[in-house]
Amino acid sequence: MSKFNKKKSGELPAISTASLPDIVFMLLFFFMVATVMRQNTLMIDNKLPLADQIEKLDKKDLVMYIYAGKPSSRYRASAGNQARIQLNDKFANVDEIKAFILAERAAKREELIPFLTTALKVDGETNMGLVGDIKKELREVQALKINYTTRTGSAVDNLR
Amino acid sequence: MARRAAPEVNAGSMADIAFLLLIFFLVTTTIETDSGISRKLPPPQEDNVEPPILKQKNIFVVELNKNNDLLVEEVPMELKDLREAAVKFLDNGGGNGEEACNYCQGAKDPTSSDNPTKAVISLRNNRETNYATYIAVQNELVAAYTTLRNREAERLFGKSFVQMEKDLKDVNYVGNKEGLKEDIKKIQFLFPEKLSEAEPKK
Repeated sequence: MSKFNKKKSGELPAISTASLPDIVFMLLFFFMVATVMRQNTLMIDNKLPLADQIEKLDKKDLVMYIYAGKPSSRYRASAGNQARIQLNDKFANVDEIKAFILAERAAKREELIPFLTTALKVDGETNMGLVGDIKKELREVQALKINYTTRTGSAVDNLR
Repeated sequence: MARRAAPEVNAGSMADIAFLLLIFFLVTTTIETDSGISRKLPPPQEDNVEPPILKQKNIFVVELNKNNDLLVEEVPMELKDLREAAVKFLDNGGGNGEEACNYCQGAKDPTSSDNPTKAVISLRNNRETNYATYIAVQNELVAAYTTLRNREAERLFGKSFVQMEKDLKDVNYVGNKEGLKEDIKKIQFLFPEKLSEAEPKK
């Protein structure tokens, strides 16, 4: 009887891929929403130290970034292997920080200037001398709110 | 004339297009780490200002030398003990009369700090000190203040200081935010963060 035909054994039915676009779109939307476009291309090694007493910086547009660390391997020939400061896609000297801060301030609306924060993204291997110089420059231009950007973790692990 | 049905668009390549976009966003995504230890730098100093005179016992000297060794009051110390030592110093409350501290639970040692509002932690570092070590020490010192503030907040308001700050930022918080702000100020007044940093030594 044809009604009770035995299923052909061994042949798997083809899996429907009709919902594949939906799944992919879902992933796509997730990444589109979660993406923060990188503002600067890093030219330095930037392995941030660990800390657990951290605060989150919410307003991304009110943050100025100063990077520091050893130049990464492809820039080592031109920039040397001592720790350097990076501002806006290029290496900079300590005395250029003031101009950088003033330029950042000029680009913001006047009433927002008191809320500007400077985020220091400094590689863990850097000497404090460089960081001290950066802080001195920041004090001189009255950019007093700073944030040492760190990763989340136990601070004791920094010493290893 | 018979209405012609619109020909159906072939959606077979939609998945490919979506994949292309997906891969683009996957590659460009960097989950940014935008959190860290917030600090306030002191304003630039005028030359002829006399530094205020502090009692030696109210200063807790933390020093990092060029070999990344930690010296607390000129005695070597492991990093893991720093938090406890700082808490002990701040919470000592050894003052008398006007400088007495009625909320401290410390040992009331007369050779240590008088009052948390007077106690200053002085952090000195060398130019050769490693940044990671410096951050670790900063973290421990901030943690010491947070521990004490949490304790006081639990005692006075029944919830931790960290929770209070979180509530203040929370848009869904039901309750009096102005009052909460006042309470936070009160705790900050009891344990003010007095962390001084000297210019690094050459």
